[in-house]
Amino acid sequence: MSASGPRLQPTIFELSKPGRHSDKVPHPPKDALNRLPAEHRREHAAALPEVNEPDAVRHYVNLSQLNHAVDTGFYPLGSCTMKWNPKVNEWAARLPGFAQLHPMAPDAVAQGTLQLLWELEQILIEISGMQAVTLQPAAGAHGELTGILMIREYHRSRGEDRTDVLVPDSAHGTNPATATMAGLKTITIKAATDGGLDVEGFRAALGPKTAAVMITNPSTLGLFESRIGELLEAVHEVGALAYMDGANLNAILGRFKPGEAGFDVMHINTHKTFSTPHGGGGPGAGPVAVNAKLEPFLPSPRVLREPDATFRLERVGERPASIGRIRSFVGSTGVLVRAYAYLRTHGGSGLAEITDDAVLAANYLKDRLADSGLFDIPFPGVCKHEFIASASTIKKTTGVRTLDIAKRLLDHGFHAPTVYFPLTVDEAMLIEPTETESIETLDAFADALVEIAREATSDPETVKTAPHSAPVKRLDEAGAARNPNLRWRAEAGEWTPCPD
Amino acid sequence: MLESLGMASVDELFADIPPALRSSPLKLDPPEPEQVLMGRLAGLAARNRVDLASFLGAGAYRHFSPPLVDQILLRGEWYTAYTPYQPEVSQGTLQSIYEYESLIAELTGMDVVSASHYDGAAATAEAALMTCRATGRDRVLVSRSVHPHYRAVLETYFDGAGLDLEQIPIVADGPEAGLTDLAELERRLADASQPVAGLVMPQPSFYGLLEPMAEGGRLAHAGGALFVAVVEPVSLAVLAPPGAYGADIAAGEGQSLGIPPQYGGPYLGIVACTDALVRQIPGRLVGMTTDVEGRRAYVMTLQAREQHIRREKAASNICTNQTLLALAASLWLAAMGPHGLRDVAALGAARAKELEDALAAIGVTRVHSGAYLNEFAVRVPNAAAVHRELLGRGVLAGLVVADAVPDEPSLADTLLLCATEVNTSEEVVAFAREIAGVIATLATPEATAA
Repeated sequence: MSASGPRLQPTIFELSKPGRHSDKVPHPPKDALNRLPAEHRREHAAALPEVNEPDAVRHYVNLSQLNHAVDTGFYPLGSCTMKWNPKVNEWAARLPGFAQLHPMAPDAVAQGTLQLLWELEQILIEISGMQAVTLQPAAGAHGELTGILMIREYHRSRGEDRTDVLVPDSAHGTNPATATMAGLKTITIKAATDGGLDVEGFRAALGPKTAAVMITNPSTLGLFESRIGELLEAVHEVGALAYMDGANLNAILGRFKPGEAGFDVMHINTHKTFSTPHGGGGPGAGPVAVNAKLEPFLPSPRVLREPDATFRLERVGERPASIGRIRSFVGSTGVLVRAYAYLRTHGGSGLAEITDDAVLAANYLKDRLADSGLFDIPFPGVCKHEFIASASTIKKTTGVRTLDIAKRLLDHGFHAPTVYFPLTVDEAMLIEPTETESIETLDAFADALVEIAREATSDPETVKTAPHSAPVKRLDEAGAARNPNLRWRAEAGEWTPCPD
Repeated sequence: MLESLGMASVDELFADIPPALRSSPLKLDPPEPEQVLMGRLAGLAARNRVDLASFLGAGAYRHFSPPLVDQILLRGEWYTAYTPYQPEVSQGTLQSIYEYESLIAELTGMDVVSASHYDGAAATAEAALMTCRATGRDRVLVSRSVHPHYRAVLETYFDGAGLDLEQIPIVADGPEAGLTDLAELERRLADASQPVAGLVMPQPSFYGLLEPMAEGGRLAHAGGALFVAVVEPVSLAVLAPPGAYGADIAAGEGQSLGIPPQYGGPYLGIVACTDALVRQIPGRLVGMTTDVEGRRAYVMTLQAREQHIRREKAASNICTNQTLLALAASLWLAAMGPHGLRDVAALGAARAKELEDALAAIGVTRVHSGAYLNEFAVRVPNAAAVHRELLGRGVLAGLVVADAVPDEPSLADTLLLCATEVNTSEEVVAFAREIAGVIATLATPEATAA
C-alpha cells in the first residue's frame, strides 16, 4: 500500500488478467504429455491467478503490512513466548548445505545435518534432565501425541491396560485432545484454591487405570507447581507415568530440570523457548525428551552416533519396540537448525540468564499493574515468565470486558495478551512479556493498560468499539460461521495449449 | 527492575521452587558470538553434499523457486507473527490463508481446504481418521503403493486411536504390476461384517505410477466407504484432480510447491474435502466475512471443531500448523502461474522420459509397464552397491527401494528415479554413462570377490 490511503487488498484472484505472467522456467517440448493416458489427464486447467512479478510482490508485501508481528512491535501473547527471533537463525537455515539436502539422501552425504541434530539432542537432554530425545514431532501438540503414545506402549509392554489420563482444568486444550487421539480417556482435576495442583484431588483419581498425568509446569497461570514433588511420587506409586507439557520451559531453564525432578517425558516447543519463528501459525517443532523407562519406545528413526564419530539414521525396523513413525522423513530440520543456532548462541550461562530475565520482566509488569489498583491480579505472589491479570472488577463497574481491553490495546500499537485462557479465571488476560523486551517497552505497555482501564470509566464506548486504528474494525465472526465462505470461486480457466 | 520489586537477588523470584527440586547447573558450552556461530554453522552445512546430480524424489521434490518467493518469506511481518488470534491486526496472515485454501481448492477440485497440517504423512493420517468420524466405522484400507512413511505414520496414529488399518497389496507382476491390487481391494471391501470407513490410494503412487483412481473411488463408494486420494500438487497441473474422480478427501505433501527439501521439513500437509465433510475436517479454517462497517475481512472460523474449544472432543489435537509454508506455496503458485505450473509438470515428464530412454539404451529398464509422470523404478542388479558407487561419482541415483520398503519382494534390487525441471539433459546423459560403467565394473568377477 502507499503510505496513506486504503490499506486492504483485493484477493490475488481479482488481480488476475488472462495471459499475464513472468517467465520462470523454459517451455517444455510440445509432446511432453502425449504419453499420458487420456483417463489420467486433467481436462480443465485449474483457475489459478495469472499475475506478473510486480503484481505478485506488491500483493504480498501489502498484505504483510496488515500484520502485527514481533518484528513490528510488542507481542505479549501469554503461553506463546513471542520472543525476538534472531536474524542469524534465518541465515543459517538458508545455507544451501542445509536447505537443499534431500531427506532421503544417504547418511554419507548428510553428515553435517546429522551431526547438528545429534548435538541438538544432547543439548536438549541436558536442559530437560532426561535420557534421550526425539526431534521428529512437528509441533507441541504433535510432541504430546508422541509422548502419550510412548506411555501407552510402555504400559502395554508390561501387560497393563491403563486407560486414564489425568489433566488439570487449567491445561491447554491440546492435552485432553491428545489423550483422545491416543485412545485414552481424560479425567479433569480441578485446581486448588490457590491456583496450584490439587494434589489430594489427583490422589483420589489416581489408580491402577491411570496411564499418565499431564502437567504444565509452570502452570498456565504462570505459577510454579510447588507441590509437584508430592504429585510425582503419588503418580509413580500407582505405576503411572508423568508427562510434562513444556510450553512454559522459558521460565525454568537452569532452574528446574523436569527429568531430575521425576517427570518421565516432556515436549519442548522450539518456537516458544528457542526462538524459532512462529510463522503466522507455524512451523514449529516439538522435540520430546524421555527418561530411561521410555527410551526404547522413541519414534524411529533416531539419529545414531557410531564409534567412529560418524552419524547415521536408524534403518527401517531396526528397533522393534519403537512406537513407529510419527511423521515422514526425519523432522522439521529447518526449524531445528534455527533452534540449534539459538542454543549455541546462548550456551549454558546464557540460557539461565534468559529465564532469569523472562521471569524478572513478568514480575515487574505484574507489579506495575497491581500497583495501579485497576486490574485484578488473582495470584499476587511471585510469578514465573507470565502472569494472569483480570478485568473482572472493571467489567462489574464499567461493563468493559477483557475482550474490549484487548482490542483497545491494538490501537496503542501492542498485540493483545492471550485472553479468556485459562478457562478457570474470569475475564482472564495471560501476559507474557519475554526476556527480549526493554524496560521502556514494559512501561509503555503498562501505561497503555492503565490508560485503557481509566478510559473504561471515562469513555467506555470508545473501548467497547475498539480497535479504531487497525486496518479493519471488529469482525462479524458469527456470520462467518453461519454462512462459511472458505474459498474464492474463480471462473474455470481456459485450457491453453503448451506454447513451444 | 529488581530494585523496583524490592529484591536483592533474582534468586528470590525462584524461591517457589522447592530446594529438593532445584536443578543442577546447565553443563553446556559457553555462549558463542554471532561471528563464531556463523563459522560453525557454515562448517556443518559444508559437510553435507548438495552438489550431486540428483535423481532422488521419493516424496520430496526439488523444483525451481523464483527468488521473489524467499524474499517475501523473509519479511518479518509474515514470519514473526503467530496464529491470527486478533484478526483486526492479522488480516495479512488471514487473507493469505484464505487465498491458500482457494488455490489448493482450485488445484485439487475440492471444496474445503484446511489452513495446513504438519506434512503429507500427518495429513494422510488425519484424512483417514476423518473417514472414521464421518462414517462411524473403524476400519481403513490403505494401498501399499502409498509412501512407506505415510503408511508407517498411519499405523502409529491408528494403533493409538484403537482403529483398524489394513494394507492392500500391490500387483506383483504383469501389466498391472506395481498398482493397487483392485481384485484384493474388492474382496476386502466385500466383508460385510467389517464395514470400511475409508480407502486411501495415491496418485501418483510412491513408485511413480498412475493409479486407477476412478475405479478405486467407485469401489470405495460401493462399499459405503469414503475415498481418500493422496496427491502431489505439482502433478495436479496435468493430472485429473481428486475432485474429478470423486474423492471425498484429498491429502498430500505440499513441499513440491517450491519449498526446499531441507532434510525433511518444515513441510506442508494438505487436507481438502467436500462440503459435506466440512464439520469433520481437522485444523484451522479461515473464512471471508465483513467488519462492522461492511469491509471485506477474514477470520478463523468453525472453531467448534478445535481443541481449544472442544478439548477431548475435538476433531484433532492440532494447534500450531504450517502457516508460513502455506504462504510459501501460495507465493510459488502466484509466481509460476497456471502456465508455469503446467510447464514445470510437463518439463519433469519430458526429462523423466529422456531418462527412461537413456537408461533403456544401456539395458537398465523399468520394473513396471504402467504409465508414470516423472518418477519410475528400474531394476538394477545389486542396486545398493550400484547406488553407493555412483555417489562416489557425483550422482545421487534416486532411492534404493529396499532401504525404504524392505517388505516388498517384487521391488528388491530396484532404484526409484525421479526427474524434474531442475535436472538437465546433460545430467541425464552423464547418469546413463556412469551407471553403465558402474554396472559393468561390479559385474566383473574381481569386483564380486571384493
